[in-house]
Amino acid sequence: MRRKADASRGAFFGFVRKEFRHILRDRRTLVVLFGMPVLMMGLFGYAIRNELENVRIGVAGATGDEVARRIIQRMDASSLFEVVEEVTGSDGIEDGFRHGRFNAAVIFEPGFAGALQRPGPAHVQVITDASNPNTASTVQAYVEAVLRGSGMEPALFQMRYNPELKSAYLFVPGVMAVILMLVSALMTSITITREREMGSMEVLLVSPLHPTQIIIGKVVPYLALSMINVATILLLAAFAFEVPIRGSLTLLVGEAFLFTLCALSLGILISSRSSSLQTSTMIALAGLLMPTVLLSGFIFPIASMPAPLQMLSHVVPAKWFLIIVRSIMIRGVGLELIWRETIIIAGMTLLFIGVSVRSFKLRLE
Amino acid sequence: MADVPAIEVRELTRRFGRFTAVDAVTFEIRRGEIFGFLGANGAGKTTAIRMLTGLLQPTSGDARVDGLDVYTQSDAIKRRIGYMSQRFSLYADLTTRENIAFYAGIYGLGRSDIAKRSRDVIETLELTEVADRRIADLPLGWKQKLAFSVALLHEPSIVFLDEPTGGVDPIARRQFWEHIYGAADRGVTVFVTTHYMDEAEYCDRISIMVNGRIAALGTPTELKARFATDSVDELFVRLARGRP
Repeated sequence: MRRKADASRGAFFGFVRKEFRHILRDRRTLVVLFGMPVLMMGLFGYAIRNELENVRIGVAGATGDEVARRIIQRMDASSLFEVVEEVTGSDGIEDGFRHGRFNAAVIFEPGFAGALQRPGPAHVQVITDASNPNTASTVQAYVEAVLRGSGMEPALFQMRYNPELKSAYLFVPGVMAVILMLVSALMTSITITREREMGSMEVLLVSPLHPTQIIIGKVVPYLALSMINVATILLLAAFAFEVPIRGSLTLLVGEAFLFTLCALSLGILISSRSSSLQTSTMIALAGLLMPTVLLSGFIFPIASMPAPLQMLSHVVPAKWFLIIVRSIMIRGVGLELIWRETIIIAGMTLLFIGVSVRSFKLRLE
Repeated sequence: MADVPAIEVRELTRRFGRFTAVDAVTFEIRRGEIFGFLGANGAGKTTAIRMLTGLLQPTSGDARVDGLDVYTQSDAIKRRIGYMSQRFSLYADLTTRENIAFYAGIYGLGRSDIAKRSRDVIETLELTEVADRRIADLPLGWKQKLAFSVALLHEPSIVFLDEPTGGVDPIARRQFWEHIYGAADRGVTVFVTTHYMDEAEYCDRISIMVNGRIAALGTPTELKARFATDSVDELFVRLARGRP
């Protein structure tokens, strides 16, 4: 029995070695795989974007003042803003930001109306969640306009999390999602389908290798490649674009690993359903990359999409991954605030694996 | 084991929905025999092979390969058989040596066995000079001979060859068949499908499948006499058209 297990392990490692050889010998693909993260980071690093989002505002401080009430009403009346809650104390503000209940807070200084009567400034503090820098600057500009309209000079502005409004905070998580999808889902589906198209899959299936070993052997190298890409992106983010990682690095890498598994299982699913290389490439590109780019909130904010597209975005794994990465990197939150998103991705992964196992069995029937 | 037939098939049937791909087929193959398994495309050959190699469960009937039951012992069967597909199965981006090592490895051979057998194969096929070059550079005829040797690396008792000589010239085919005879002489049972009727004449016995059933079974000489034809080719065309 022992010898049999050893032989089987040897067979598996031999298989993985073969897969690495395929990848390392295909120079062109290799350049694309490793060059892509650098290229994308560069492209997005110099791209300018300014989208609007439905901004949720929390108000705090002397909100009972008549003048303050007027200002709040004016903000709420705008189609861009929604005043969602009145907060008490700075703890409440912190908490609201971390949970994402609002993405801007307007705080009126005590005795606000009285201060207006006296000479000298009346203070209003505006705090924005600048992990999405475009929203932050829009909010600032707008609140400023409202205040000026009420005959006041705004006093204090504070951008939370991303004081310099770097767009890198926005695109780094997106690039990560796209790269992981590309490497994991696309490449896995291509490599499995190619094996079948060439006829070597038949030979493998007739061999004593278990089908599970074949699939895992195909996936392991891409898991490794993906992790190298994650490292590249994080290093570039930290050193070239000075995006900090405020939360736990271990958690971030763990979440990236989970998302990679999700993408790999999608790749397996695609290849189990398509018979030709062309079909699987098309499905992977149109069915995975496009939604990852367009529907994940990477380029277009989900909140400003029409309702059907917003619904659709829920089934895009990258959407949840983006929330997770932004939360960890930029807001520095821990697992306790992103466990829901984590469970969603884990659930999707299990679902994809389940469906591919089923269709694999149907194929062998 | 010598008295157990290499392959024993009784009333083997496989249906896909309402379509019966293999219809109550019965035959037996002796050890060391070269058995030609002929039939037009869609006659059910591939389905039959897939059942015998453990890739597909039969709908009904019995089949034993090397004395093992295809329903319950397909894992054990996989260790005892070799397989070479009609589509070229070696990896073009790996070298000769790497291909040999890979296939030997997935059959669980140890490091020293792999080294020894790969040396043997490379010497026998006179591939020493190109052993470390990518397979893509080899002529097709050589690749096929190599694929055949690779299918025999783990010393299977039965080897399945699915149209092994497609696309090469008659000389390369003739050479390939010398390797088949060599394997049969060493006691390996050869189960071969082909579209070349001259190759059918090289087999010890042949069967011709038409619409999922075996329409004829015997030595080439016997069959030609029974159906009063000059060649297997003529016989095949007559049976395949459904006018015996």
